[in-house]
Amino acid sequence: MLSWLPHNVSTFGGSVDSTISLIYYIVGAWFLAAEGLLVFFALRYRRKRGRSAFYKRGETARQAAWILIPAAVVLCLDLGIDASGASTWHLVKETLPANAVQVQVTAERFAWKFTYPGPDGKFGTPDDVTLINELHVPAGRPVELILRSKDVIHSLFIPNFRFRQDVVPGRTIDAWFESRTPGTYELGCSELCGDAHFDMRGTVMVQDSKDYAAWLHKTWPSAAAGSGKVSAQANKG
Amino acid sequence: METTSTAIAGSTHATPGFWRQYVFSTDHKTIAKQYLGISAFMALVGGLLSYLIRSQLAWPEKPVAGWGFVGPDSYNAFVTMHGTIMVFFVAMPLLLGAMGNFLIPLMVGAGDMAFPRLNRLSVWTLFVASLVLLSSFFVSGGASPAGWTGYVPLSDVPKYTGAYWGINLWLIALALEFASFLMGGVNFLTTAINMRAPGMTFWRLPLIIWMQVTASVIFLLSVGPLIGGAIMLFLDRTLHTGFFVPGKGGDPLLWEHLFWFFGHPEVYVVALPGFGAMLEIFSVFSREPIFGYRTIVYSTIAAGVLSFVVWAHHMFVSGMDPRLAAPFSVTTILISVPFAIIVFAMIATLWGGSISFEVPMLFALGGLATFIVGGVTGIFLGSEAADIYFHGTYFVVAHFHYTLFPTVIFGGFAAIYYWYPKMFGRMMNDALGKVHFWLTMIFFNAVFIPLFLLGIGGAPRRVYTFEAYNFLRPLQPLNVIATYAAVALLLAQLPFLVNFVWSLARGKAAGRNPWRANTLEWTTDSPPPHGNFTTQPIVYRDPYEYSVPGETHDWLPQNQAEPPAVAVAAD
Repeated sequence: MLSWLPHNVSTFGGSVDSTISLIYYIVGAWFLAAEGLLVFFALRYRRKRGRSAFYKRGETARQAAWILIPAAVVLCLDLGIDASGASTWHLVKETLPANAVQVQVTAERFAWKFTYPGPDGKFGTPDDVTLINELHVPAGRPVELILRSKDVIHSLFIPNFRFRQDVVPGRTIDAWFESRTPGTYELGCSELCGDAHFDMRGTVMVQDSKDYAAWLHKTWPSAAAGSGKVSAQANKG
Repeated sequence: METTSTAIAGSTHATPGFWRQYVFSTDHKTIAKQYLGISAFMALVGGLLSYLIRSQLAWPEKPVAGWGFVGPDSYNAFVTMHGTIMVFFVAMPLLLGAMGNFLIPLMVGAGDMAFPRLNRLSVWTLFVASLVLLSSFFVSGGASPAGWTGYVPLSDVPKYTGAYWGINLWLIALALEFASFLMGGVNFLTTAINMRAPGMTFWRLPLIIWMQVTASVIFLLSVGPLIGGAIMLFLDRTLHTGFFVPGKGGDPLLWEHLFWFFGHPEVYVVALPGFGAMLEIFSVFSREPIFGYRTIVYSTIAAGVLSFVVWAHHMFVSGMDPRLAAPFSVTTILISVPFAIIVFAMIATLWGGSISFEVPMLFALGGLATFIVGGVTGIFLGSEAADIYFHGTYFVVAHFHYTLFPTVIFGGFAAIYYWYPKMFGRMMNDALGKVHFWLTMIFFNAVFIPLFLLGIGGAPRRVYTFEAYNFLRPLQPLNVIATYAAVALLLAQLPFLVNFVWSLARGKAAGRNPWRANTLEWTTDSPPPHGNFTTQPIVYRDPYEYSVPGETHDWLPQNQAEPPAVAVAAD
C-alpha cells in the first residue's frame, strides 16, 4: 500500500514516511490479527447440532486478561507511535534551519504568489519579484516560506515534499522545507477555499546550483554583483 | 393546548384520533418511527448527492447521467450537503432518534419516555430543521458550498461563496437540529435514570442503553460551544459583527476550535449507539453473555471522557501553536485503547459461542469487520507527523466513511433487521436480507478501498476534478472503480426497501420473542401496546444470561423470577 505514496524528495519527508511506515506495520499486524480471529471464531463456533455455547462472562481476572493484556500492548505501541510522531513533528514544524532562502507566499483566491526579496535581501523594496503559481528553489538549501492569506483559509500542500501548512488570514505562519533532488513538482491548495479551489495549484522547481544561478541572473539581470551575490544576500534574515 | 379532559382521556388509553395517533403522537414508539422516516428520506437525498459527487469525479468531462452538468459551485454544495445530511439528519435520527426512542423505555421497562410531549416537540423540531435544510437547495445562490465543517471566513463573508441564504438556512437548520437533540438527550437521560423498572439496576442495563446514555451526555456537554459559534457566525453574516473576520479583530481558528470541540465528540455520539446495537446482536446470535460487560461500560465512559480532549487533532496543520500537536496526538491515539477493548470484547463474545448467521448478525459482524479498518486507519491521522501528509486527502474521506458507515449503516441495518419484528410485529424476509447484506458489504469496500489508495497517492478532498493535477491522472481509474461501486452500493439498498415495505404487509407474524432474547422489550407484545407493558415488569437478572449451565433453555429473560427446578451453577 505504501508504494502508492508519491516519491519523496524532501529532507524531512523520510522522517514523515518512517512514522507512516511504523504505524502501517503496527496497525497492519493488529488488523490482520483482529480480522483473522473474527473470521476464525465465526467459522469455528458456527451453530452445530449437539454443541451448545460455552458460558463465559469475561469478568474473572483470568478471562478479562484475554482482552486487557492485548489492550495493554496496544497502549505501549501507541506510546511508541506518539514518540516517533513527536520527534518527526518537532523536526518539521518546530525547527527553522538557519541560512534558509526566504520566500513570501501569499495565497489569494485562487492563486499562489511567491515573492522573492531580490538582491537587497529585503522584502518590500522595489527589487522584489513576485511569481504566480511558480516557486523556484535551490536544491540542497533550506527554504523558509512566510505564509499569508489575503482572503480565506488555504493550505499549501506539496505531496512530494510531505509538506502541508494551512495559510490563515490575519496570521503570518513560517514553514520550511529542503529538497536535494532537482525536478519539477506540483503544489496545490488542500483547504476548500471556493468554487475554483480545485484549480488553485502550481509548480515548485527545485534547481541545482547552476540552473538556480541562471534563473537568478535571468530574474534580476541588472544585479551588479551577479547571481552569486544575489544568492548570498537572499539568504539573510 | 390540551384541555384537562383530553389529557385524562390520553392517560386512560382511549383511542386517539388519526392526528393524535400517527402525526402528533406522544407515544415513543410512534415517534421512533417518525425519526426513522425522516432518517430514511434524508438518506435518499444524501445517497443521491453521493451519486452526483462520485459521477462528477469519475467523468469530469461529462454531464452526470440523469442529472446534467455539475459546476464547481454545485459540486461544493453537494459535498457540503452530503456531509451535513448524513451526519446530522441520517445518523443521529436513526441511531439516537429512532433507536433511542424505541428502545430506552422498552429496555428499561418503562411505559413511555419521561417527557412525552417534549419528545413530540423534539421530533417535530427535527422535521422543521430538515425542511429548512432542504429548502436551502432552492434559494438564490444555492445551498451552502462551504463544507460541512463551515470553515470561516469562507462561510462567513458572503462574497466568497455567493450563497447568502444558503448558508444562513444551513445554520438555522443546524441550530434547530441541535435544539431537537438537546431535548431528546434530556429525555433519554431522564428516562434511563429515573424510569427503570424495579430491579433494573445500572449494572443490569443492556449495553445499548449505556451507549445511548453516554452518547447523550457527550452531545449535551459538547454542543454548547458550537451553538455559541453558530450564533456568532450567523451574526457575522447578517449584522457583520466580525467574530471570525481577521480585519475586524476576529479569528478564523476560533471557529475551528468551537466546531471540533463538538465535531469530534459527535463522532462518538453516533458511533456508540451503533456499537450498542452490535453488542446486543452478538450476544443473542452467538448465545453467549457479552464478554466483559463491566469492562465495556468502563471503556465506554473512558472513551466519552477522552473524547473531550482530542478535538485539535483536526487542526495539527491549522496554524495553531505547534506545541499543542503532541499532547493532542497522545490523547487521540490513547482513545484507541478503550475502543480496542470494546472491539476485543466483541470478538471474545463470539469465542465458544453457538453462532447463527441471521441477517442482523451478518450486519453486526460486517459492521465490526469494517469498523476495524476505520479504527486502525485513524491512527495515521491521530499521529501529528503522519497527518502532515494525510490531512485533507482522500485518506481522511475513506477513514471516516470506514468508521461511520460500519456504525451508522451496518449498525443501523443490524438494528432495523433485529428490532423490526418488535416494531411492526412481523419478520423481515431472510433471503432478501442476505442479498442486501452481501451486496452492501462487497460494494461498500469496493467504493472506499480505492479512496484509501487515492489518499495515499495524495489526492486532496473537496476537489471538483482530479484532472487539474498531473500527478493524479494515473490514479483516475480508482475514481472510476469507486463510482461504479457507489452506484452498485446505492442500488443494493433496493432489496432492503422492498423487504421493509413487503414485510409490513406480508411478513411472518413475529410473536413476542422471535430471537429468544433476554431483554425486556421481548417480554411484551409485538408491536407493544400503548404503555408498552400490561403489567409492571420486574427485573431479576443480568441482560445477557445465555447458555447458563444447567438451564433447560439457553436464554433467561431478565424478568424471569424463579430459576427452574435445576439449580443454577454459581458463576
